[in-house]
Amino acid sequence: MVWLTGGSLALGLLMVFGLFGLVAIRGFSTFWPSEVVRFTTESGEVVLGQVRGSEERLLTEDQLQQLEDQKGAETVAAVRANGDRTERRRVRSVNLFDTDKNTTAWFDDFELEGSTAGLDGAWERAIERPEWALTVERYAEGRYFGELVGFRSGDTVEEDLDAAWAAFEASRARVDEARADWKYIVGVRIGRDLSAATKDAELSARKVALNEGEGSVEHLAAVARAEELGDENALLTKELQAEANTIEQGARDAALLVRNARGEVDEIEVWDVVRAIPANRIGTLGALGVYVDRWLEFLIDDPRKANMEGGVFPAIFGTVLLTLLMCFVVVPFGVLAALYLREYAKQGLIVSIVRVAVNNLAGVPSIVFGVFGLGFFCYFVGGELIDPLFFPHYGNEPVYGGGGIMWASLTLALLTLPVVIVATEEALAAVPSSMREGSYACGATKWQTIRRIVLPRAMPGIMTGMILAIARGAGEVAPLMLVGAMKVAQSLPLDAQGLHPERKFMHLGFHIYDLGFQSPDSEAAIPMVYTTTLLLILIVVALNLTGVWVRSRLRQRYAAAGA
Amino acid sequence: MNEPPTTRPAVQGTVRPDDVRSVFDAVSKGEAFETCVHPEVAEEDAVLEVSDFDLWYGEKRALYQIGMRVPVGKVTALIGPSGCGKSTLLRCVNRMNDLIDSVRIEGDMRLSGDGIYGPKVDVIELRKRIGMVFQKPNPFPMSIFENVIYSLRIDGERNRTVLDEVCERSLRGAGLWDEVKDRLQDSALALSGGQQQRLCIARAIAAEPEVLLLDEPCSALDPIATGRIEDLIEELKGAYSILMVTHNMQQASRASDYTAFMYLGRMIEFGPTESIFLRPELQETEDYVTGRFG
Repeated sequence: MVWLTGGSLALGLLMVFGLFGLVAIRGFSTFWPSEVVRFTTESGEVVLGQVRGSEERLLTEDQLQQLEDQKGAETVAAVRANGDRTERRRVRSVNLFDTDKNTTAWFDDFELEGSTAGLDGAWERAIERPEWALTVERYAEGRYFGELVGFRSGDTVEEDLDAAWAAFEASRARVDEARADWKYIVGVRIGRDLSAATKDAELSARKVALNEGEGSVEHLAAVARAEELGDENALLTKELQAEANTIEQGARDAALLVRNARGEVDEIEVWDVVRAIPANRIGTLGALGVYVDRWLEFLIDDPRKANMEGGVFPAIFGTVLLTLLMCFVVVPFGVLAALYLREYAKQGLIVSIVRVAVNNLAGVPSIVFGVFGLGFFCYFVGGELIDPLFFPHYGNEPVYGGGGIMWASLTLALLTLPVVIVATEEALAAVPSSMREGSYACGATKWQTIRRIVLPRAMPGIMTGMILAIARGAGEVAPLMLVGAMKVAQSLPLDAQGLHPERKFMHLGFHIYDLGFQSPDSEAAIPMVYTTTLLLILIVVALNLTGVWVRSRLRQRYAAAGA
Repeated sequence: MNEPPTTRPAVQGTVRPDDVRSVFDAVSKGEAFETCVHPEVAEEDAVLEVSDFDLWYGEKRALYQIGMRVPVGKVTALIGPSGCGKSTLLRCVNRMNDLIDSVRIEGDMRLSGDGIYGPKVDVIELRKRIGMVFQKPNPFPMSIFENVIYSLRIDGERNRTVLDEVCERSLRGAGLWDEVKDRLQDSALALSGGQQQRLCIARAIAAEPEVLLLDEPCSALDPIATGRIEDLIEELKGAYSILMVTHNMQQASRASDYTAFMYLGRMIEFGPTESIFLRPELQETEDYVTGRFG
């Protein structure tokens, strides 16, 4: 029996640690800048890119036959000589296709040039590692692999590679600064401030129309004001846009000259470059620098290029904020409900039925809660009650009538409510009756006893409920897809103006789903999926550890030895 | 109870031979009988008066026609075999039995002349006039200081000077001050069992109760801690009127001024402790206090 029980535990642990180990290894390795290799395939295609993994496979007779039809007897002979085995590598390179879809492909050893001489060592014979091979991360178009051939600044071209690289690094600082100014003008001044002001004026005009009547003096005045402001803002926008364009033009004068795998020289303007890494030259220390830099970008930046590059900060922010909001709702609500069930309600059949019902609620599939949240919170409470009452001037445009972080946190609160109620009830039941009696004997009322004795004593147990709720709620994705999680959210739900409970938000769990299954180049997104998963796990663990820490503090305070 | 009394009661002759066990016979047959009350009891002023008090747990009757007067400033012990209703009677005084749904009572109980039961009685106010210490120490999950001043806290007292004063006075009264004065803000749950029980006594006397109820206060303590609590009861006598339930016959004889013997929900005999232990009126009482039965 001891072997059976111990074996089950070992198997469970193996699966947990296996899963976490896989996620951790893959997740942590994503940002390491691996070497760039160049090789030619048998068909004469030149590939320049990074190896993202390899596997050995054993070919069956059928597959060998097929291979012979395609590639000829020599290739098959080479495979047979290797014991029917061949190794294949996943290579990420932008030059496989002209579009940057499916930038990752498998290459078998027998596909390499010169492989007919024997598969053993074919890879090492086929590849070369160009010294000045660059991995270029671009803002708009994703990765680019190429060999540095020069640097153009204005009309002068520097062809000495060391000097060209130095010139590129020197121009980086200037261009980055210009880009920051440009981003502020386009993103914040035009994209946020001016358009918000214009929209506010229009909305207030509509509000006046609703309050004072269409065509009233006040309405006309408000419309005139809005139009005036709109015109002013349009003018201002034009000026700012011109300013931004000047900045952009001024900074677009420098470019990297890079030869791609087909031998053509491309010009990549420094303006478009996020990061260029001479991957075969930087060494371990340099690679470490790039690694740290990429992690920082991942943690604090906005995503780029259909979420496949850049950071996930809005998703981290959304996840943490959502979980905290959920806690603020579910813990008080759940504790009050449990207090009623355990302390006030007359124990009997009805209370038992309620208790069973609450427990069963925990087994309802989470998507059902999502559907409920969408129907009840978004459409009914938001769309039918709040919007017509408080935001009639928005017309048909939903404010609270669509998904938003408030509805999402309420939906998650409903989802995790049973967990909190059950844990709290158990904690309340575990408070010794002698303590309650002692309190009553001192002349305390029921509420005083609950507030001063029962609740503090039950607090560690309530915290357990909260920790379980976080564990359940933070990793939940399915209901969020219906009530407000977005692929890309324009603005954070919490900013200098305060909390915007109606705003949609990004969420790490949804981000994983989106990267892995909705992305235009899911092969290339796989490493990011692992990294994002790792991050989500770490965040959930961190939230849980915070709860555990608070709980242990409370335990020390309220339930020391002997009680 | 296991130890025979040092002197045999010299009052053998006062018990009529045909009365032997007649009370228990009456009890077992369910017949009415008069509680044997010694005349000394009537001479004392009573803080608590109980008359014709009955109690039922659902269908089961637990107390029968209890009548007793708890003297002011004295220690009164309730003794009797397990299940005889001692604790039930004690818990009726501060209406702790209200917490049990199935309990029904009849009869009258008065604290300093005010009715304890009755539709107009404010139970919360009533309990503030009565201190209670339980069988198992039950300190609250808070600091020693907060434990002692709990009854003032729930009344909303905020004056720090008052609170400090009450805390020190109560802890001194409970003989705990010197041990804990330097760590009043520590958790009360870290104290030893005996200290916890004395803390509970300090908590009970903080509100200056008119009567102090002790429900087997030493049964969960070791002999040394028990000795200290007994000394404490001796010191509290006079300042407080104490009604105490005990299983320990020696404790009753050492610590109390008056003793009431209960059996099967009836009060059999009530009188000065010395009389009850040395010269009981009834054979049944003598049998119980000498350990021949029970």
